[in-house]
Amino acid sequence: MLDFPIYLDHNATTPCDPRVVEAMIPYFTNNFGNAASRNHPFGWKAEEAVDYAREQVAKLIGADPKEIIFTSGATEGDNLALKGVFEMYASKGNHIITCNIEHKAVLDTCKHIEKEGGEVTYLKVKDNGLIDLAELEAAIKPTTILIAIMYANNEIGTIMPIKEISAIAKKHGVLLFSDAVQAVGKIPVDVNKDGIDLMAFTAHKMYGPKGVGALYVRRKNPRVKVTAQLDGGGHERGMRSGTLNVPGIVGFGKACEICINEMEEETARVSKLRDKLQTELLKIEESYLNGDKEHKLPHVTNISFKHVEGEGLLMGFNKNIALSSGSACTSASLEPSYVLKALGLGDDLAHSSLRFGLGRFTTEEQIDYTIEQVTKTVNKLREMSPLWEMFKEGIDLDTIEWAHH
Amino acid sequence: MAYSEKVIDHYQNPKNVGTLDKSKATVGTGLVGAPECGDVMRLQIEVDEATGVIKDAKFKTFGCGSAIASSSLATEWLKGKSIDEAVTIDNMTIVEELNLPPVKIHCSVLAEDAIKAAINDYRQKNGMEALKFEESIVH
Repeated sequence: MLDFPIYLDHNATTPCDPRVVEAMIPYFTNNFGNAASRNHPFGWKAEEAVDYAREQVAKLIGADPKEIIFTSGATEGDNLALKGVFEMYASKGNHIITCNIEHKAVLDTCKHIEKEGGEVTYLKVKDNGLIDLAELEAAIKPTTILIAIMYANNEIGTIMPIKEISAIAKKHGVLLFSDAVQAVGKIPVDVNKDGIDLMAFTAHKMYGPKGVGALYVRRKNPRVKVTAQLDGGGHERGMRSGTLNVPGIVGFGKACEICINEMEEETARVSKLRDKLQTELLKIEESYLNGDKEHKLPHVTNISFKHVEGEGLLMGFNKNIALSSGSACTSASLEPSYVLKALGLGDDLAHSSLRFGLGRFTTEEQIDYTIEQVTKTVNKLREMSPLWEMFKEGIDLDTIEWAHH
Repeated sequence: MAYSEKVIDHYQNPKNVGTLDKSKATVGTGLVGAPECGDVMRLQIEVDEATGVIKDAKFKTFGCGSAIASSSLATEWLKGKSIDEAVTIDNMTIVEELNLPPVKIHCSVLAEDAIKAAINDYRQKNGMEALKFEESIVH
């Protein structure tokens, strides 16, 4: 029996794994201490739990526990990394290189830095969603202090060539920061093998709780420092003040531990389901895969169904299936997804896209149902679409003079 | 954002989806919106030559549920009206009938524009001057 609604929006957030919740519970009640209380058992217990979680988190990304700075999530991590490096390395330069499909937490922080006198280069991705390495290298100048490129994209799931990017960064003595929110816990990420100097990630994308994340800050080769963005008690080696969210951190640690143990098996299972979904949906006439086919997260696919509008499409089944669209109409802005537009997709295809994010608890039965519902709704809406009718009559839609409001 | 029941009903059971023969002098066709904006509406009316009453109306819409519902509702309202009455259909009455939220008002504007475009197409085909309308401001 299928339970509704089916959740296929795991890039937005994931449910807490019950094992994570179980680990957290004692730290709300009995073990409620402040990890900074050094003088009594309540504090000791909390500190011990945080230390243990720090090890679990560090282990997942191949880091030293001392390199983990707990934050409230990846938005804070992105802000701390970018602004913190910009301020700390001001004497070295003011230039940052990023790309145009980063998350808003990176892009808007870069905009802020520009207002503060920074210079930012926004690399354009190729139509497969990956950056051009030669362009990256050519953008580096003597004032460049940081390259900020995401590990994997949240909308299309493409994985950036991080090792190649870090090699370029290293060659030019520039730091590399990566927003790895979508990648950590889903695919093997190792800060040393990947050559990453700073990396933001968050618990709620990997079956942990919301409101807790981490910024990895390299301590050796090179030793990296960021200027704190919150003033206060000097927690987290002075880089992030604020009483630690002990239950959240414990849950985060547990979530990481589960990922370490189960990632391989889970990836094999979920990618098989994703492949089935993708293959079946691409059998629909005039459907297009968005983003690189190979360099891609195992649980994500993003497909445009031409001549059908995304929100209209979602409405056909969104009582039973939760997923998201790159269409404008899902947001108040009326602008379609900037990520899809950056791939060179016309607005019409960007408006016609659906993002599928599978997860730990996704079943084959759910995928079969989704294939059936999406196919049915696409066909139904195409019967209703004037664009589909014109396309079928062989009219070139580009030759029509549309009334642009 | 939750949809009103009326929007859901029109989406699930759209009224008057289809195509009329646009080459006929009695048929007026309005095609408004643009694929880039995520909404394209085609609304057609067929006018009884003797009475000047709209005897049939059809639509096809590329767009969100509210756009589909707005055009479905418009075709319902058009049938049985004279073209002079039809031209007075205001987008805000569509907004009220469907309970459209502010971000969806442009869907009703598009429906109003489609009605006017269809009427003008009919008028011009039959030797009448096109009516002049104020440019819609939304979108």
